[in-house]
Amino acid sequence: MDFFSQSRIFSLINKYQKFILIFFLLVLSVGLIEALFLSPQDYLQGDSVRIMYVHVPSAWISLGIFSLIAFLSILVFIFKNRNLIIIAKSFAPSGFVFTLIALVTGSIWGKPTWGTWWAWDARITTMLILGLFYLMYLLAWRIFEDRNSVVKITSLISIIGAINIPIIKFSVDWWNTLHQPSSIKILSDSSIHEAMLLPLIIMTAAFALFSLLIFLMKYNTELIKIKRKGLNRL
Amino acid sequence: MIINLINMNGYGIYVFSAFIFTLINFAGLYFIVRAQLKKEQQKFAKEFSKLDEQKVFEANKQNINKEILLSGTFSKI
Repeated sequence: MDFFSQSRIFSLINKYQKFILIFFLLVLSVGLIEALFLSPQDYLQGDSVRIMYVHVPSAWISLGIFSLIAFLSILVFIFKNRNLIIIAKSFAPSGFVFTLIALVTGSIWGKPTWGTWWAWDARITTMLILGLFYLMYLLAWRIFEDRNSVVKITSLISIIGAINIPIIKFSVDWWNTLHQPSSIKILSDSSIHEAMLLPLIIMTAAFALFSLLIFLMKYNTELIKIKRKGLNRL
Repeated sequence: MIINLINMNGYGIYVFSAFIFTLINFAGLYFIVRAQLKKEQQKFAKEFSKLDEQKVFEANKQNINKEILLSGTFSKI
Protein backbone atom coordinates (compact mmCIF):
# COMPACT_ATOMS: atom_id res chain seq x y z
CA MET A 1 0.00 0.00 0.00
CA ASP A 2 3.07 2.24 0.30
CA PHE A 3 2.87 2.70 -3.48
CA PHE A 4 -0.32 4.72 -3.00
CA SER A 5 0.95 6.81 -0.09
CA GLN A 6 0.47 10.58 -0.43
CA SER A 7 4.20 11.29 -0.34
CA ARG A 8 4.84 8.80 -3.14
CA ILE A 9 2.01 10.20 -5.29
CA PHE A 10 3.23 13.75 -4.63
CA SER A 11 6.79 12.85 -5.54
CA LEU A 12 5.72 10.98 -8.72
CA ILE A 13 3.55 13.89 -9.86
CA ASN A 14 6.40 16.33 -9.30
CA LYS A 15 8.77 14.09 -11.21
CA TYR A 16 6.56 13.49 -14.26
CA GLN A 17 4.88 16.90 -14.64
CA LYS A 18 7.77 18.22 -16.69
CA PHE A 19 7.69 15.20 -19.04
CA ILE A 20 3.94 15.51 -19.52
CA LEU A 21 4.36 19.21 -20.34
CA ILE A 22 7.06 18.46 -22.93
CA PHE A 23 5.06 15.55 -24.41
CA PHE A 24 1.95 17.76 -24.57
CA LEU A 25 3.84 20.51 -26.42
CA LEU A 26 5.21 17.96 -28.92
CA VAL A 27 1.82 16.35 -29.61
CA LEU A 28 0.17 19.78 -29.82
CA SER A 29 2.77 21.00 -32.34
CA VAL A 30 2.21 17.97 -34.59
CA GLY A 31 -1.56 18.35 -34.18
CA LEU A 32 -1.47 22.06 -35.09
CA ILE A 33 0.55 21.42 -38.27
CA GLU A 34 -1.80 18.59 -39.29
CA ALA A 35 -4.96 20.54 -38.44
CA LEU A 36 -3.98 23.89 -39.96
CA PHE A 37 -1.93 22.93 -43.00
CA LEU A 38 -1.84 19.22 -43.89
CA SER A 39 -5.46 18.11 -43.52
CA PRO A 40 -7.75 18.64 -46.54
CA GLN A 41 -10.60 21.13 -46.89
CA ASP A 42 -14.16 19.93 -46.54
CA TYR A 43 -16.13 19.77 -49.80
CA LEU A 44 -18.97 21.80 -48.26
CA GLN A 45 -17.44 23.85 -45.43
CA GLY A 46 -14.09 24.58 -47.08
CA ASP A 47 -11.29 25.60 -44.70
CA SER A 48 -13.69 26.51 -41.89
CA VAL A 49 -13.80 22.79 -41.09
CA ARG A 50 -10.37 23.20 -39.45
CA ILE A 51 -12.13 24.78 -36.46
CA MET A 52 -13.45 21.27 -35.79
CA TYR A 53 -9.93 20.24 -34.67
CA VAL A 54 -10.17 22.44 -31.58
CA HIS A 55 -13.95 22.50 -31.15
CA VAL A 56 -14.67 18.75 -31.10
CA PRO A 57 -11.82 17.61 -28.78
CA SER A 58 -12.72 20.41 -26.33
CA ALA A 59 -16.35 19.32 -26.29
CA TRP A 60 -15.42 15.64 -25.84
CA ILE A 61 -13.03 16.36 -22.98
CA SER A 62 -15.38 18.75 -21.19
CA LEU A 63 -18.11 16.08 -21.29
CA GLY A 64 -15.68 13.38 -20.19
CA ILE A 65 -14.38 15.41 -17.26
CA PHE A 66 -17.86 16.31 -16.04
CA SER A 67 -18.94 12.65 -16.24
CA LEU A 68 -15.85 11.71 -14.24
CA ILE A 69 -16.54 14.39 -11.61
CA ALA A 70 -20.15 13.16 -11.28
CA PHE A 71 -18.97 9.53 -10.98
CA LEU A 72 -16.40 10.49 -8.31
CA SER A 73 -19.08 12.48 -6.48
CA ILE A 74 -21.32 9.42 -6.30
CA LEU A 75 -18.36 7.47 -4.89
CA VAL A 76 -17.76 10.28 -2.36
CA PHE A 77 -21.34 9.85 -1.09
CA ILE A 78 -20.84 6.09 -0.78
CA PHE A 79 -17.28 5.79 0.53
CA LYS A 80 -16.72 9.25 2.11
CA ASN A 81 -13.19 9.19 0.69
CA ARG A 82 -11.34 12.50 1.03
CA ASN A 83 -8.96 11.74 -1.83
CA LEU A 84 -11.83 11.34 -4.33
CA ILE A 85 -13.03 14.82 -3.42
CA ILE A 86 -9.58 16.28 -4.17
CA ILE A 87 -9.43 14.41 -7.48
CA ALA A 88 -12.89 15.65 -8.55
CA LYS A 89 -12.08 19.22 -7.50
CA SER A 90 -8.74 19.18 -9.35
CA PHE A 91 -10.35 18.16 -12.65
CA ALA A 92 -12.96 20.94 -12.64
CA PRO A 93 -10.87 23.97 -13.82
CA SER A 94 -9.69 22.29 -17.03
CA GLY A 95 -13.21 20.94 -17.66
CA PHE A 96 -14.61 24.46 -17.40
CA VAL A 97 -11.97 25.88 -19.74
CA PHE A 98 -12.65 23.14 -22.32
CA THR A 99 -16.40 23.91 -22.18
CA LEU A 100 -15.64 27.59 -22.73
CA ILE A 101 -13.38 26.74 -25.70
CA ALA A 102 -16.06 24.43 -27.18
CA LEU A 103 -18.70 27.18 -26.90
CA VAL A 104 -16.56 30.01 -28.28
CA THR A 105 -14.99 28.02 -31.13
CA GLY A 106 -18.45 26.64 -31.97
CA SER A 107 -19.71 30.18 -32.16
CA ILE A 108 -16.79 31.17 -34.43
CA TRP A 109 -17.58 28.14 -36.61
CA GLY A 110 -21.26 29.09 -36.71
CA LYS A 111 -20.69 32.47 -38.32
CA PRO A 112 -19.28 31.25 -41.70
CA THR A 113 -21.29 27.99 -41.63
CA TRP A 114 -24.77 29.06 -40.47
CA GLY A 115 -24.45 32.82 -40.86
CA THR A 116 -24.89 33.48 -37.14
CA TRP A 117 -22.65 33.56 -34.06
CA TRP A 118 -25.28 32.00 -31.80
CA ALA A 119 -28.52 30.05 -32.03
CA TRP A 120 -30.66 28.66 -29.20
CA ASP A 121 -30.20 25.24 -30.72
CA ALA A 122 -30.56 22.10 -28.53
CA ARG A 123 -26.86 21.08 -28.68
CA ILE A 124 -25.51 24.61 -28.13
CA THR A 125 -27.96 25.40 -25.32
CA THR A 126 -27.25 22.15 -23.47
CA MET A 127 -23.50 22.84 -23.78
CA LEU A 128 -24.11 26.28 -22.27
CA ILE A 129 -25.98 24.61 -19.40
CA LEU A 130 -22.95 22.33 -18.88
CA GLY A 131 -20.75 25.44 -18.68
CA LEU A 132 -23.10 26.89 -16.03
CA PHE A 133 -22.90 23.67 -13.99
CA TYR A 134 -19.09 23.83 -14.13
CA LEU A 135 -19.27 27.46 -13.00
CA MET A 136 -21.62 26.60 -10.11
CA TYR A 137 -19.32 23.73 -9.08
CA LEU A 138 -16.23 25.97 -9.04
CA LEU A 139 -18.01 28.86 -7.33
CA ALA A 140 -19.41 26.55 -4.63
CA TRP A 141 -15.83 25.63 -3.64
CA ARG A 142 -15.06 29.34 -3.24
CA ILE A 143 -18.31 30.41 -1.52
CA PHE A 144 -18.91 27.71 1.10
CA GLU A 145 -16.36 27.42 3.87
CA ASP A 146 -17.73 24.53 5.92
CA ARG A 147 -15.99 21.41 4.57
CA ASN A 148 -18.93 19.02 5.00
CA SER A 149 -21.40 21.43 3.36
CA VAL A 150 -19.14 22.19 0.40
CA VAL A 151 -18.55 18.50 -0.30
CA LYS A 152 -22.31 17.79 -0.25
CA ILE A 153 -23.19 20.83 -2.37
CA THR A 154 -20.51 20.31 -5.03
CA SER A 155 -21.32 16.58 -5.23
CA LEU A 156 -25.02 17.38 -5.71
CA ILE A 157 -24.24 19.97 -8.39
CA SER A 158 -22.17 17.47 -10.35
CA ILE A 159 -24.70 14.61 -10.00
CA ILE A 160 -27.63 16.84 -11.07
CA GLY A 161 -25.50 18.29 -13.88
CA ALA A 162 -24.69 14.79 -15.14
CA ILE A 163 -28.35 14.40 -16.21
CA ASN A 164 -27.47 16.94 -18.92
CA ILE A 165 -24.68 14.75 -20.38
CA PRO A 166 -26.86 12.24 -22.30
CA ILE A 167 -29.10 15.13 -23.37
CA ILE A 168 -26.07 16.85 -24.94
CA LYS A 169 -25.01 13.62 -26.62
CA PHE A 170 -28.41 12.77 -28.13
CA SER A 171 -29.72 16.32 -28.67
CA VAL A 172 -28.78 16.18 -32.36
CA ASP A 173 -30.79 12.95 -32.78
CA TRP A 174 -33.81 13.87 -30.66
CA TRP A 175 -34.43 17.33 -32.09
CA ASN A 176 -34.01 19.11 -35.42
CA THR A 177 -30.92 21.18 -34.73
CA LEU A 178 -28.65 23.48 -36.66
CA HIS A 179 -25.76 21.50 -35.22
CA GLN A 180 -24.70 18.61 -37.43
CA PRO A 181 -25.13 15.01 -36.18
CA SER A 182 -22.11 13.01 -34.94
CA SER A 183 -19.63 12.06 -37.67
CA ILE A 184 -17.67 9.75 -35.38
CA LYS A 185 -19.36 6.69 -33.93
CA ILE A 186 -17.80 4.05 -31.74
CA LEU A 187 -20.26 1.25 -32.48
CA SER A 188 -20.76 1.83 -36.21
CA ASP A 189 -18.83 3.19 -39.21
CA SER A 190 -17.73 6.83 -38.91
CA SER A 191 -18.56 9.17 -41.77
CA ILE A 192 -15.34 11.18 -41.37
CA HIS A 193 -12.46 10.64 -43.81
CA GLU A 194 -9.19 9.24 -42.41
CA ALA A 195 -7.30 12.36 -43.52
CA MET A 196 -9.49 14.37 -41.14
CA LEU A 197 -9.71 11.73 -38.44
CA LEU A 198 -5.91 11.68 -37.91
CA PRO A 199 -5.53 15.38 -36.90
CA LEU A 200 -8.67 15.07 -34.81
CA ILE A 201 -7.18 12.15 -32.88
CA ILE A 202 -3.82 13.94 -32.44
CA MET A 203 -5.52 17.11 -31.18
CA THR A 204 -7.71 15.07 -28.82
CA ALA A 205 -4.57 13.38 -27.43
CA ALA A 206 -2.91 16.80 -26.95
CA PHE A 207 -5.97 18.20 -25.16
CA ALA A 208 -6.22 15.11 -22.95
CA LEU A 209 -2.54 15.53 -22.00
CA PHE A 210 -3.17 19.16 -21.16
CA SER A 211 -6.10 18.31 -18.88
CA LEU A 212 -3.93 15.65 -17.21
CA LEU A 213 -1.15 18.20 -16.65
CA ILE A 214 -3.54 20.75 -15.13
CA PHE A 215 -5.13 18.04 -13.00
CA LEU A 216 -1.76 16.95 -11.57
CA MET A 217 -0.74 20.52 -10.77
CA LYS A 218 -4.09 21.24 -9.09
CA TYR A 219 -3.96 17.95 -7.20
CA ASN A 220 -0.54 18.79 -5.76
CA THR A 221 -1.75 22.30 -4.86
CA GLU A 222 -4.67 20.78 -2.93
CA LEU A 223 -2.37 18.31 -1.16
CA ILE A 224 -0.05 21.12 -0.04
CA LYS A 225 -3.07 23.11 1.26
CA ILE A 226 -4.17 20.13 3.37
CA LYS A 227 -0.67 19.50 4.69
CA ARG A 228 -0.23 23.21 5.53
CA LYS A 229 -3.40 23.06 7.64
CA GLY A 230 -1.95 19.93 9.25
CA LEU A 231 1.15 21.88 10.34
CA ASN A 232 -1.05 24.21 12.37
CA ARG A 233 -2.49 21.27 14.26
CA LEU A 234 0.87 19.78 15.33
CA MET B 1 1.51 31.42 -51.29
CA ILE B 2 1.92 32.27 -47.60
CA ILE B 3 -0.91 34.82 -47.85
CA ASN B 4 -3.15 32.16 -49.43
CA LEU B 5 -2.21 29.77 -46.63
CA ILE B 6 -3.16 32.33 -44.00
CA ASN B 7 -6.23 33.60 -45.84
CA MET B 8 -7.69 30.08 -46.28
CA ASN B 9 -10.14 31.26 -48.96
CA GLY B 10 -11.56 33.89 -46.63
CA TYR B 11 -11.97 31.54 -43.65
CA GLY B 12 -8.54 32.31 -42.15
CA ILE B 13 -9.90 34.95 -39.78
CA TYR B 14 -12.34 32.42 -38.27
CA VAL B 15 -9.91 29.50 -38.21
CA PHE B 16 -6.99 31.40 -36.66
CA SER B 17 -9.16 33.23 -34.12
CA ALA B 18 -10.54 29.85 -32.93
CA PHE B 19 -7.03 28.38 -32.60
CA ILE B 20 -5.58 31.51 -30.97
CA PHE B 21 -8.48 31.64 -28.48
CA THR B 22 -7.79 27.99 -27.57
CA LEU B 23 -4.05 28.52 -27.11
CA ILE B 24 -4.55 31.69 -25.04
CA ASN B 25 -6.90 29.79 -22.75
CA PHE B 26 -4.38 26.96 -22.39
CA ALA B 27 -1.57 29.36 -21.54
CA GLY B 28 -3.79 31.33 -19.14
CA LEU B 29 -4.98 28.26 -17.26
CA TYR B 30 -1.47 26.78 -17.10
CA PHE B 31 0.11 29.94 -15.67
CA ILE B 32 -2.74 30.53 -13.19
CA VAL B 33 -2.53 26.95 -11.86
CA ARG B 34 1.28 27.12 -11.74
CA ALA B 35 1.14 30.40 -9.80
CA GLN B 36 -1.34 28.86 -7.32
CA LEU B 37 0.96 25.87 -6.83
CA LYS B 38 4.00 28.07 -6.30
CA LYS B 39 2.07 30.27 -3.84
CA GLU B 40 0.98 27.24 -1.80
CA GLN B 41 4.56 25.90 -1.74
CA GLN B 42 5.80 29.26 -0.45
CA LYS B 43 3.06 29.45 2.22
CA PHE B 44 3.92 25.91 3.33
CA ALA B 45 7.66 26.67 3.52
CA LYS B 46 6.94 29.87 5.48
CA GLU B 47 4.74 28.11 8.04
CA PHE B 48 7.20 25.22 8.30
CA SER B 49 10.03 27.64 9.10
CA LYS B 50 7.98 29.03 12.04
CA LEU B 51 7.70 25.63 13.74
CA ASP B 52 9.76 24.93 16.85
CA GLU B 53 12.23 22.04 16.99
CA GLN B 54 9.78 19.56 18.52
CA LYS B 55 7.12 20.30 15.87
CA VAL B 56 9.68 20.08 13.06
CA PHE B 57 10.57 16.62 14.38
CA GLU B 58 6.86 15.65 14.36
CA ALA B 59 6.30 17.14 10.88
CA ASN B 60 9.30 15.32 9.45
CA LYS B 61 7.75 12.00 10.44
CA GLN B 62 5.46 12.50 7.44
CA ASN B 63 7.49 12.07 4.27
CA ILE B 64 5.11 14.23 2.24
CA ASN B 65 6.13 17.32 4.23
CA LYS B 66 9.75 16.81 3.18
CA GLU B 67 8.63 16.25 -0.43
CA ILE B 68 6.70 19.54 -0.42
CA LEU B 69 9.70 21.45 0.91
CA LEU B 70 11.91 19.88 -1.75
CA SER B 71 9.38 20.47 -4.52
CA GLY B 72 10.20 24.19 -4.74
CA THR B 73 12.34 23.28 -7.75
CA PHE B 74 9.13 22.59 -9.75
CA SER B 75 8.59 26.30 -10.31
CA LYS B 76 11.51 26.30 -12.73
CA ILE B 77 9.60 24.48 -15.48
